[in-house]
Amino acid sequence: MEIPYNVEERQDTGMYNAKLGIWLFLASEVMLFGGLFSAYVFLRMGDVTGAFMSGSNQLNVPLATFNTLVLISSSVTMIMSWVSLKLGEQKKFKTYLGSTLVLAGVFLVVKYFEYSAKFHHGIFPETSTFFAIYFTLTGLHMLHIIGGMIVIFYFLVPGAKMMKLESERFTNRIETVGLYWHFVDLVWIFLFPVLYLL
Amino acid sequence: MSGHSVEDIKKSVKVYIGVFAALAVLTVVTVAASYLDLTSGESFFLAIIIASVKGTLVAGYFMHLFSERTAILAVLGLTFIFLLTIMFLPYMALTDHPAV
Repeated sequence: MEIPYNVEERQDTGMYNAKLGIWLFLASEVMLFGGLFSAYVFLRMGDVTGAFMSGSNQLNVPLATFNTLVLISSSVTMIMSWVSLKLGEQKKFKTYLGSTLVLAGVFLVVKYFEYSAKFHHGIFPETSTFFAIYFTLTGLHMLHIIGGMIVIFYFLVPGAKMMKLESERFTNRIETVGLYWHFVDLVWIFLFPVLYLL
Repeated sequence: MSGHSVEDIKKSVKVYIGVFAALAVLTVVTVAASYLDLTSGESFFLAIIIASVKGTLVAGYFMHLFSERTAILAVLGLTFIFLLTIMFLPYMALTDHPAV
């Protein structure tokens, strides 16, 4: 039996079901990260020891700036992969989606070096309230990057068969993955100044 | 985003490149602004303003919210109200302290 509204838009919502689904999921993600940002504000307001100021000064701003640019670039390659599918350019699609995966990998490698440097200097989540929230927020964000990479890899290799069999449905799948990926970028846009610069 | 004609999509590519350039410039501006001689309150306000502009560009253009249908905008509007509520909850703690 064919599942309705896989490709065509519903009259009531004005979108296909998967897109509505991913938006509802992203709304829940807004609240997840919102709760943690709220915890950041709470901890910062109660910080009488100066842990936030001194902790923030120990972070590597150039590396984080580089990572911000990497993530922004990955958002562009992600949307260009969807554009390529819309224009029927399947080879370009693979190049752009593959680039997104590589850029996500670069982000993780940079984060690995950042974390290693902190651990090497004896800085752990229990070091201060700042580092507790720093590792929680960046760790959760990193898990989202890894989750996104798994899904992108799936659509790049095993899941790519659908591209020829049901091209419109596949294009929609890439759009929904893209929405998730842009959200991950959006979260980092706020994490970067809040943790590294303030 | 609905109604993607080939022409529309070709036009939107230029917009995406423009948004990318704006995001890159604003990232540099964010870092530069952190070196300004401002109070912590002013720095916080400025950083959040720049991040909000960047976030609006990503959500509006890359996530197509500027051209999205009203159903999802209503859901996200409600989410935004709850987000603002949860962000201002810590300020209620300011009134929790017993008078000294």
